Amino acid sequence: MANITPIKTDEIPNGPGAAAILAAGIGSAAMGIFALAGDAFTSLNHFFTFYKPTGGLSGVSTSAVIVWLVAWFVLSRRWSGKNVEMGKVVSVSFALLAVGVLLTFPPVMDLIQGK
Amino acid sequence: MEISFRDLMTVFHGMGFGALFMLAFSAALAELYRMSAPGAASVPSAREHNLLLLYLSVMVVLAWGAVLSGAYIVYPWYRAVVPEGVIDLTDYPKFLLTSSPKTSAWHSLGMEWKEHVAWLAPIAMTMVAYVFAKYGPALAKQKQIRTAVIGFAVVAFVATGVAGAFGAFLNKYAPVRGGAMIEIIAGEQEGQ
Repeated sequence: MANITPIKTDEIPNGPGAAAILAAGIGSAAMGIFALAGDAFTSLNHFFTFYKPTGGLSGVSTSAVIVWLVAWFVLSRRWSGKNVEMGKVVSVSFALLAVGVLLTFPPVMDLIQGK
Repeated sequence: MEISFRDLMTVFHGMGFGALFMLAFSAALAELYRMSAPGAASVPSAREHNLLLLYLSVMVVLAWGAVLSGAYIVYPWYRAVVPEGVIDLTDYPKFLLTSSPKTSAWHSLGMEWKEHVAWLAPIAMTMVAYVFAKYGPALAKQKQIRTAVIGFAVVAFVATGVAGAFGAFLNKYAPVRGGAMIEIIAGEQEGQ
């Protein structure tokens, strides 16, 4: 993923696209991980209660969005104007997206927690 | 013809944002593929590119509108705690559902899944819109980026479908109601 190649002047480098895609994967996985953590631990659920009427969902979603935006910002700066190994980035991004989808599915959450 | 304030907000959340977002998907996916697939019949004009970009941007606004209105307007009414001494759970949808084993899974599976998975859609669609804005027709030369964009868009569609379907069912079994009544049309009494 970190292998960077020089770009040809007539093409748009894939770095900015790769940064956006990987960050979306990271944000999705963060959503799943925070949702699971909030469900599994009462203390974390209290921590994630940023807005009382919405409960733990307010902190879980806000934290995931922050992780996504920070990841996007950092990766964009790192990969701006560069070409990266897109195959690896896409594979990792889809894997992270799958983590997000699975960990937001209540039966999987319950299975992990041994409920 | 009248509607309660909470009903109206639920309609804005589900139909105004969620359903419109769902409706927009098929065209967006078809256009994204048509305009960026290698060997496309014609190179899209700047006008076509800008139109799809505007379309995707509106979808991003709808996606964020759906999750934010859901989490911060409708959900607090859904999960409101029953005050002591209250027996009628009609105004407390979460507790109405969990009070019976016949309906509790609508909350433990339906709402618990919906409230989290829905957030994947705006994150994915924001990325899709950004990547299209950045590359446009040049996506034809970026096969892997195109695969990722379409893959994330499909997952966003499925996530929205899950949230929308459970939202509709939840609103049938335990509707979010209450607040001031808003008169939309003054009707006539039958027999007059």
